[in-house]
Amino acid sequence: MFMLAMLAGLAVSPARAQSAVAEGQKLAFDRGKGNCLTCHVIQGGDLPGTIGPALKDIKSKYPDRNELFAILFDETKRNPQTMMPPFGRNRILTEQEINAIVDFLQTL
Amino acid sequence: MKARSAILFGSALAALVVGALASTHVTAADKVDPAADIKAFQNFFFQKFPNVKHEDFANGPYSMNEDMKRQWQEKEEFPPYEFALDAGKEMFATPFKNGKTYADCFPDGGIGIRQNYPYFDEKEGKVVTLELALNRCREANGEAPYSYVKDEMASLTAYMAYTSRGKLMDIKIPDDPRALAAFENGKRYFYTRRGQMNFSCASCHVQSPGERIRAEVLAPALGILNAMPIYRSEWSSMGTTSRRFVTCNSQTRAVPLEPQSDEYRDVEYFLSYVANGLPISGPGARP
Ligand code: HEC
Ligand code: HEC
Repeated sequence: MFMLAMLAGLAVSPARAQSAVAEGQKLAFDRGKGNCLTCHVIQGGDLPGTIGPALKDIKSKYPDRNELFAILFDETKRNPQTMMPPFGRNRILTEQEINAIVDFLQTL
Repeated sequence: MKARSAILFGSALAALVVGALASTHVTAADKVDPAADIKAFQNFFFQKFPNVKHEDFANGPYSMNEDMKRQWQEKEEFPPYEFALDAGKEMFATPFKNGKTYADCFPDGGIGIRQNYPYFDEKEGKVVTLELALNRCREANGEAPYSYVKDEMASLTAYMAYTSRGKLMDIKIPDDPRALAAFENGKRYFYTRRGQMNFSCASCHVQSPGERIRAEVLAPALGILNAMPIYRSEWSSMGTTSRRFVTCNSQTRAVPLEPQSDEYRDVEYFLSYVANGLPISGPGARP
């Protein structure tokens, strides 16, 4: 199911990809959803926190979107001590929502 | 935090302190060792923030940030908690219907004793906080208890803290297995992740003090109760220790406990004990 969701993320057409980016940004900034600004500086977002690293040059750092999906799904897998919430595992975001945010991250 | 290496360093340190606390737990599986815990806990913060004067840890987020500290010192000229302090002083002096006063319920007439709370009551076998003792005093004298989170309770504890300013936190853990168990339970609660966000109290106040979460600077866990109760501009009112615990749990989408539930009392016991030696600074003012 995990793999399927990631493949679905890969298979979008360009037009849908664009709307996914806009949707992803919305989800990332929404306080009731990703609320990523709580911890990360992200271009275009207000009142960012400093708990995590600034999210920029993401595509060069993580060329493989699967890796980004995994970080959002459950970062405690990579770093058991992390403060970053396990958005996928704890169902804060659906896999579709995570994929949209990953699309947005790849534009940063 | 700017560099990723700094992040990793930060979490490595946090892992260290958690590890240090956990290993005292392991090597002494049958013997809880608060004396070792307090040393590990305080050293962690002293080493992480070598430029912060030790007594400054009693000032919450202001110890972490020079800019904020300056703003706060200006605010202290006209402290926003003054109304609560005045009200608390008057309430404290006003007799109950039966003619007794709060002073009759406390050692030293209740003046200059904040640093001894919470204490472990060996008769009851449980931790007794100042807020709890105040409501028990009221009920013993035929008065209705106050809400634990605000207004009157904040005023009374503000006054009692004020008469204790500068006294060093002095929490005792008697050699009683139930007291050690309460300490251990509070510590466990503090380090356990919970809720949809998977945060523990330590995620924010051990792993990330000094960092901004949105616009707020996170207070270090060391000395985090010394300034209670606090006036928060964001609340436009005073809040007690109970209020802050409930707020931290619910803001991070964890289910808050009842104020003065056994577990919150134990957390307060743990956090206060590891702050031994730091001055009482309450009441506090926060942005
Ligand atoms: C409560 C804090 C917090 C929140 C909320 C949070 N993160 Fe993170 N994030 C971190 C921390 C801390 C790290 C550093 C790595 C670690 O701890 O394992 C991190 C790392 C990352 C990384 C890797 C960055 C790099 O340079 O290696 C990405 C990408 C990321 N987060 C994206 C997000 C997105 C997208 C959201 C919102 C959906 C989000 N984060 C929400 C704390 C958070
Ligand atoms: C996701 C972050 C987060 C978690 C988890 C969290 N807190 Fe907080 N806490 C805050 C923020 C933000 C503040 C307000 C700024 C400050 O003073 O630190 C705060 C303030 C406090 C204060 C008052 C500090 C002061 O000087 O004003 C206390 C006491 C406190 N928290 C205790 C706890 C306890 C106990 C827990 C666990 C039950 C907990 N916190 C969990 C974010 C958190």
